[in-house]
Amino acid sequence: MKKRENIDINGRNILVVESLTRAFGGVQALNRVSFSIRRGEVYGLLGPNGAGKTTLFNIITGIYPPDRGAVVFNGVDIVNRKPYERVIDGMARTFQNIELFENMTVLENVLVGMHVRTTCGFWGAVLRWPWVKREEARSVAKAMELLDFVGLSSRAHVRAGDLPFGWQRLVETARALASDPMLLLLDEPAAGLNAVETEQLRKLIEKIRQIGITQILVEHDVSLTMGISDRIIVLDRGTKLAEGTPAEIRNHPKVMTAYLGNSPIPADR
Amino acid sequence: MHTRKRTPLIRHAFFSLVVMSAGVLIENTYYLQVLTFIGINAILALGLNMLMGYAGQVSLGHAAFYGIGAYTAAILSGTMGFSPWAALICAPVIAILVAFIVGIPTLKLSGYYLAMGTLGFGMIVHILLREWSSVTGGASGFIGIPALKAGPIVFLPGKSYFFLVWSLLFICILLCERLLASRMGRALRSIRDSENASRAVGVNTRALKLQVFMFSAALGALAGFLYAHFVGFISPGSFDFLVSVKIVTMVVIGGMASVWGALLGAATLTLLPEVLHGFAEFEMLVYGTILMTVMIFMPRGLTRGLLDIYEKTRKH
Repeated sequence: MKKRENIDINGRNILVVESLTRAFGGVQALNRVSFSIRRGEVYGLLGPNGAGKTTLFNIITGIYPPDRGAVVFNGVDIVNRKPYERVIDGMARTFQNIELFENMTVLENVLVGMHVRTTCGFWGAVLRWPWVKREEARSVAKAMELLDFVGLSSRAHVRAGDLPFGWQRLVETARALASDPMLLLLDEPAAGLNAVETEQLRKLIEKIRQIGITQILVEHDVSLTMGISDRIIVLDRGTKLAEGTPAEIRNHPKVMTAYLGNSPIPADR
Repeated sequence: MHTRKRTPLIRHAFFSLVVMSAGVLIENTYYLQVLTFIGINAILALGLNMLMGYAGQVSLGHAAFYGIGAYTAAILSGTMGFSPWAALICAPVIAILVAFIVGIPTLKLSGYYLAMGTLGFGMIVHILLREWSSVTGGASGFIGIPALKAGPIVFLPGKSYFFLVWSLLFICILLCERLLASRMGRALRSIRDSENASRAVGVNTRALKLQVFMFSAALGALAGFLYAHFVGFISPGSFDFLVSVKIVTMVVIGGMASVWGALLGAATLTLLPEVLHGFAEFEMLVYGTILMTVMIFMPRGLTRGLLDIYEKTRKH
């Protein structure tokens, strides 16, 4: 994998979130949450259940809009962009409960991930122009490269639904990377993984960081997040409780009392 | 499940060979007629299969496009005096336009609601065909649709029409296979597995579903065009709700998400009533029993079911 050029469209922040507010019925899921994410960093998002992590994630990826506030991606407010348009803009995501195309092969899953970066339409498919064949060959080569990157190239032609859970997560990550994202959002990637798989995940996140892709990591696993994030935001009941480096978060008095029940957070595994 | 890569050429050659020899060897007009109907129905099922089998969208109003195609052909050549071939292009184009207009609001629905929406659309078209008698001939039907001609050849029920229909069917099969193997086809199949994920990886699912709906409508209209010039007389009864259900049944019986399954399903559902004539008043009873048996023992359709049996016997 080549390291992608750091396209500096608007300074060092890739994503700026400004006083996002969203209520469901009477429940204030998010209340004026603001933060900004720098290019190339791994940004951890921690918080207990009901803290507003999922709401925040869904607003950033465009599943639903905020009541108030702005999401600025590469210097452009994208609040009105549809989810698929945000993929074109350079965002990609994975799902907490893994949503693969189970009846398609691993390779095909990754190829679908390339949808926004390829152009063959109805007539191209029917007439199979030479450029269509070239595009297809390029796509397959790139997909194999991505599968190699996550360590699954030997499983390219297996039905995705037949893979064990941990590997499905890798396929999903490869599929997300296929759209050439600048920002990758990982929704609880460690959920359901055992210790070995979690360690593999940590290495993969590290590798993705090295090719220059910014990552947002929404996680329950505190030690994973602490170990790998450059900076962390802690949410509690819809508000920002703390923001800072893992070391700052570990010693933050509010975090200790409100979120971790006074016991200090364990150091890296 | 998708063995497209392996040997599409061999299958196509085999298909052409069987069709050619059937056309050359069979002299019985009745058999040729049944085979022609199988071809027409297969084009219908093929179109719906793209929408239902691959995109996962159920339509209970597909007969409407079949009817639009047939009546476009009838009116253009019968009433307006155009060359009958004009409708070969016009019928699909009109169906595509109708599908575009109907599809925008309808495809926002999903599941049962989409089925109800398309059901309503099918009924509206059926009523239009029946009541707009100044144009369509009303309930008594449209008489005097001219035959298709190409130079010295007149396409009449028999060998010539059989070849015409099956050549077009072959082209349609090629079209579908190429579409499915492409970027578009992959996006389409992804919608069926998880529309959520499909959107999240950047597929504009709404636009894609609309495109497939338009494509399946075009195939439906093509089938209608062929039907109208084949029988020479059409009436609204050939395009009502029951016909829509029959097309859905062809797709389900043949095996969803399989191009060749659509052909098998169309063949089964066209042949069964012909074979079962002997049962006289019990015909529908036997018909229903056979369909139920297939669905109970081969819930994934005939194609998949027969393949499973074949694989099992080979292992032993």
